[in-house]
Amino acid sequence: MSEQTPAAPPATPPADEHRRIEAAAAAEGETQSGFVRFMSSPVGRNLGLIIALLVLCAVGAITAGDRFVDTDNMVTILRFASIIGVVSIGMTFVIIGGGIDLSVGAIVALSSVWATTLATQTMAEDTHWLLMVFVACAVGVGCGLINGVLVAYGRMAPFIATLAMFAAARGLAEIISEQRTQLVDVRELVDTINGELLGISVLIWIFAVVSAIGWVLLNRTTFGRRTIAVGGNATAARLAGIAVKRHTVLLYVVLGLACGIAGIMLTARTGTGSGTHGQLYELDAIAAVVIGGTLLTGGRGTIVGTVFGVLIFQTLTNVFTLNNLDSSTQAVAKGAIIVVAVLLQQRVAVRSSDST
Amino acid sequence: MSVRTNRPYRRLLTSTVAVFAAGAFVVGCTSNEPEEEDQPAAEETGGDGGGSGNDEPGETVVIGFSGPEADHGWLAAVNDSAIAEAESYDDIELRTAEGTNDANLQISQIETFINEGVDAIVLLPTDGAQLTEVAIRAMEAGIPVINVDREFSSPFAARATILGDNHGMGISAGTYACQLIEDNDIQDPVIAEIAGIDSLPLTQDRSRGFAEALEACGQTVDNRVAAEFTVESGEEQAANLLQAAPEIDIIWNHDDDQGVGVKQAFDNAGRDEFFFIGGAGSANAMQWIQDGEMEATILYPPTQAADGIRLARLIAQNKGMSDLVQVEVPRRIVLNAPVVNIDNVEDYLHLGFES
Repeated sequence: MSEQTPAAPPATPPADEHRRIEAAAAAEGETQSGFVRFMSSPVGRNLGLIIALLVLCAVGAITAGDRFVDTDNMVTILRFASIIGVVSIGMTFVIIGGGIDLSVGAIVALSSVWATTLATQTMAEDTHWLLMVFVACAVGVGCGLINGVLVAYGRMAPFIATLAMFAAARGLAEIISEQRTQLVDVRELVDTINGELLGISVLIWIFAVVSAIGWVLLNRTTFGRRTIAVGGNATAARLAGIAVKRHTVLLYVVLGLACGIAGIMLTARTGTGSGTHGQLYELDAIAAVVIGGTLLTGGRGTIVGTVFGVLIFQTLTNVFTLNNLDSSTQAVAKGAIIVVAVLLQQRVAVRSSDST
Repeated sequence: MSVRTNRPYRRLLTSTVAVFAAGAFVVGCTSNEPEEEDQPAAEETGGDGGGSGNDEPGETVVIGFSGPEADHGWLAAVNDSAIAEAESYDDIELRTAEGTNDANLQISQIETFINEGVDAIVLLPTDGAQLTEVAIRAMEAGIPVINVDREFSSPFAARATILGDNHGMGISAGTYACQLIEDNDIQDPVIAEIAGIDSLPLTQDRSRGFAEALEACGQTVDNRVAAEFTVESGEEQAANLLQAAPEIDIIWNHDDDQGVGVKQAFDNAGRDEFFFIGGAGSANAMQWIQDGEMEATILYPPTQAADGIRLARLIAQNKGMSDLVQVEVPRRIVLNAPVVNIDNVEDYLHLGFES
């Protein structure tokens, strides 16, 4: 949003300045003392989320007893959380980078449909089921690329560019599938991804691996530091020599890839590809990211927070299901959680910025 | 400095509490329940015909019920009648996980039922094919699944299937339209169709049946629009249709929920030169038929899931259906789609649901 400064492009700054700004962006919030420092530390920042999750689990254990505290039930929660979780990890990058993506659900639908067309499935049967995974990921990356280019080089507001993709991708999914639900005939795909590996559901493995990669990418690589720098202050990042536009495109591509992975996960879980898949995932993902402590304005956020955000919502759903409560009550509870979480974070944010 | 006065927060807190307190009063006014509610007709129409004592309390069974989000009257009636049916039996313990259009969530609900080891599952899937995998898993875990209304894509996914007849609805509507044309001796009739969500197989089936029946008497659909089962979309699409066709003889509207909007559009435009046929059979539609404002509606019973609950109970208790000779519950039951008009509307009033 702050990148329409048409000032003359700077000469490439010296490398050390570059490093200094990135370090400064990363080190923000580490110079306070006492309570504030604790609250800004990884544990402190996620403390509210951990407490919220524990409270939810306590409520679940009290109200549903053994039916909640049960390995099978935990697995059910995690399997359910895995798909929206993968999307949310990708969304975390885009939002930290100062953007937003409303098209994730539509991309999930399109990639599931594209990966299950008769042509793709026939080809996959002739070669290998991984081809379907590749197609889904490629479709996701393609959509992300379009989003990114429209935002970075087309100078469209992310909200608008991805709104266009939101409409177009689902429409295209319906055209390709002729508005029908496409069954997966390649059983290996369903049996593998919807099956188990080392006693744990493969869907959960994928969520875990994507989260781990996301954490490393954000916290241990230049890519992650640049993401924080771009989202925190695009102009400063540009002056520091970061190719802001190219980086923005990459962020949307990362999210697109995540959507492609989620698309093939959903395809395996349901055994179908459909234009109706992934409805309202954009809202679920954004909500999970925001209650996970990522600022919607960009520049700050954590993968761990997002994972907690996802888990909180899906555990809530599970507790409600176990207690026979209806979805309308659940929607009200979700709304309340979002408000409380954001209000709490604002207090922490105000405190830390006051004391600098 | 990090020392801040907490006043603003406290004031915010006070006003928040005040707002919530005020809210609490308002919440008391959100009730839409009529003071006295008639019990659904479950008891009166009870299946005690065979005299086999099927309704006698048996061993208590736990039934899990999951349906899509009740975003229109018909689906709300499906959920409500299923829950009411379960409550009318002392030997049913019902677990409901209603209310989602997200296949991923509904799958996890069914997984929860499997974990809990319920005795039977009644499942109205958000999409039949998308829930097939998990239904098969439930069956493999030894839990009989009763598939309601939207069919699975594999015969291994359900112990029993109970379906409304969407294709039959179209046939009934088309045949009735042909009858009207003949009885009223309409030359070159203009026939219009207001469909539901076009991407759903049920809509495609209804339209196919309608076209087939019309073909039998040498007619075709002249104007067709598709709404989305909501009042708003019904009004919008019907208004478009009226614009497109200045003179219409027969209109079949697939769904009485969107029919509220459709009717509104007719009234707004002051058009009533056509025979108006509805679908599903809402209380509104039956009222209109009694008032002479609607010709007929084609029934699509919202009590399917209630029947699903009964079947689940019988299957879990190893009973058969008392009116059949067979020892076991049949695998597949397709409901009839009768035409309800002024002549027989009295008989169906108890099935009418609120939009």
